Amino acid sequence: MRRDIAVEMPKTRSRTALKLKPRKLVAQALALTVLAVGAVIVMIPFAWMLSTSVKPAGQVFIFPPIWIPNPIRWSNYLEVLTLPDYPFPTFFLNTIIITTGCMVGQLFGASIVGYSFARLRWIGRDKVFLLVLATMMLPPQVTMIPQFILFYKIGWIDTFKPLIVPILFGGAPFCIFLMRQFFMTIPFELDDAARIDGCGVLGIYWHILMPLSRPALGTIAIFTTLWNWNDFFGPLIYLNSRNKFTLAVALALLRYSPYGATRWHLLMAATVMVVAPIIILFFVAQRYFIQGIVFTGVKG
Amino acid sequence: MTVAFLGHKMSRTRFRENIAGWLLASPWLIGFVLFTAGPMVVSLVLSLTKWEIITPPQFVGLDNYVKLAADPLVGQSLKVTTIYAAVSVPLYLVLGLFLALMLNQRVPGIAFWRTIYYIPSVISGVGVSILWMWVFNRDFGILNFILWKLFGIQGPGWLSTQEWALPSIIIMSLWSVGGSMVLNLAGLQGIPTELYEAARIDGANSFHQLRYITIPMLSPVLFFTLVMGIIGALQAFTPAYVMTSGGPNNATLFLMLYLYSNAFEWLKMGYASALAWLLFVYIMLMTLLVIRSSSAWVFYQGELKGR
Repeated sequence: MRRDIAVEMPKTRSRTALKLKPRKLVAQALALTVLAVGAVIVMIPFAWMLSTSVKPAGQVFIFPPIWIPNPIRWSNYLEVLTLPDYPFPTFFLNTIIITTGCMVGQLFGASIVGYSFARLRWIGRDKVFLLVLATMMLPPQVTMIPQFILFYKIGWIDTFKPLIVPILFGGAPFCIFLMRQFFMTIPFELDDAARIDGCGVLGIYWHILMPLSRPALGTIAIFTTLWNWNDFFGPLIYLNSRNKFTLAVALALLRYSPYGATRWHLLMAATVMVVAPIIILFFVAQRYFIQGIVFTGVKG
Repeated sequence: MTVAFLGHKMSRTRFRENIAGWLLASPWLIGFVLFTAGPMVVSLVLSLTKWEIITPPQFVGLDNYVKLAADPLVGQSLKVTTIYAAVSVPLYLVLGLFLALMLNQRVPGIAFWRTIYYIPSVISGVGVSILWMWVFNRDFGILNFILWKLFGIQGPGWLSTQEWALPSIIIMSLWSVGGSMVLNLAGLQGIPTELYEAARIDGANSFHQLRYITIPMLSPVLFFTLVMGIIGALQAFTPAYVMTSGGPNNATLFLMLYLYSNAFEWLKMGYASALAWLLFVYIMLMTLLVIRSSSAWVFYQGELKGR
């Protein structure tokens, strides 16, 4: 209810807490209990994954399950990294290349196009911007097959190009929208002042607006990284040879084992390695995450 | 000095700004033609052909759409996709709202709880599906162990039985409820406290406050989550592909999975294009339906000021 108490002002909170009525305290305790139970439920799959990832193969299929295996077998991770015919480090590198390419492309594409929509006056601008908004609603299925055929015809199948190049053309309409909205909030006087000092159109973009747009750029960078790191469908249809696979495709492949039964201890170790970078990113850049979610939800 | 441009007379500076504007927006325009508008037209044409990539395309008129209507797997996949969206999205919304309300009770450590609940939303994708396959494992999975330990229930083969496979995927989708929670929490924190104080003076109890203040004030956020949730759920693919391959006995044959198989496994590009249009129209219809209904239940503060 009181947002200032909840988020920004811990001092006020402790003072108010003393004045709380007993009924409020009961409600609070109840809420806390519910949250704690829920948090345990949410965390169990993670714990299960970590526990399995360090089990010796012989302790995986045991009922009732063991939470802390004996001995703890860290070498499962090493085993995943050195599996025959399954170059995990290459998958990692591929994913990093694609994710970075998409992120850089998205930052430049969305900011340049957004700049044009926000700061330059040109005939037809608002109609074109409406079109951008309309494509936000468009689910990608109807363009997917012709796009695939296009990339197939120009020989781009089994390369990273179909995954990166389309993003250079402005990328996700949502990011264009976000950049435009952010640029609109920056005072126009800055442009005028820069123009008088001899700054051109691109100069204003690069020297004035971009440095002031760190929050929006950060949000876009984080979300683009997230989407592309997790993306499965694109790499699944465009990449064929194993040494081109991304982590997502490779992880799905590891479900199958040459010996029949799924090797869950290795599969979980691989999953930990795939999701860990994203979770670390989340902790490092949490501010941008929350900002981005709030922006998408409340403004969208 | 004036210049004529696109039928408008303008000064030199305005002309140069026009050129710069169009130039800087042109990447998007080119991309739009190349990757959106063009492919949409091609897709429509393709849906009228029989084409298996190796042989040249063959015009068949509305044949694909006729086949589509008679294909029992299309009916099945529509059913599966609809049930998934109709059950998972409302649960996602309600659970997210409930958790946000709990968090909003001045509980200590709000950032800590928010972080814990939000983590699963961050790692969506194959990793989540793989992880939950192991959670759902009939003989050695943690879920059945907990059921047995706490309630003495012998859990079902979650992903391997026809009746539990789809509910399993729905349960898994709720793991990322933190996304909805964070949105709702941001919405809740934006509701002015005076509204509640005024209501309390008028004798409103907690339920009244929830029903007549919280929900209406939160309705734009709920609306947004609902629309995005429906669009996302109707396009679900990864869980079915990774966890069940659409089985058992097509119990989790999502429309998107069936589309994928037709296009990229059996290379029936014409038929798959027709399927893509079916999915597209279905998503649009559902979205429009929700948007239409919104005037009845979504409340924007700005509207009040306008009157």
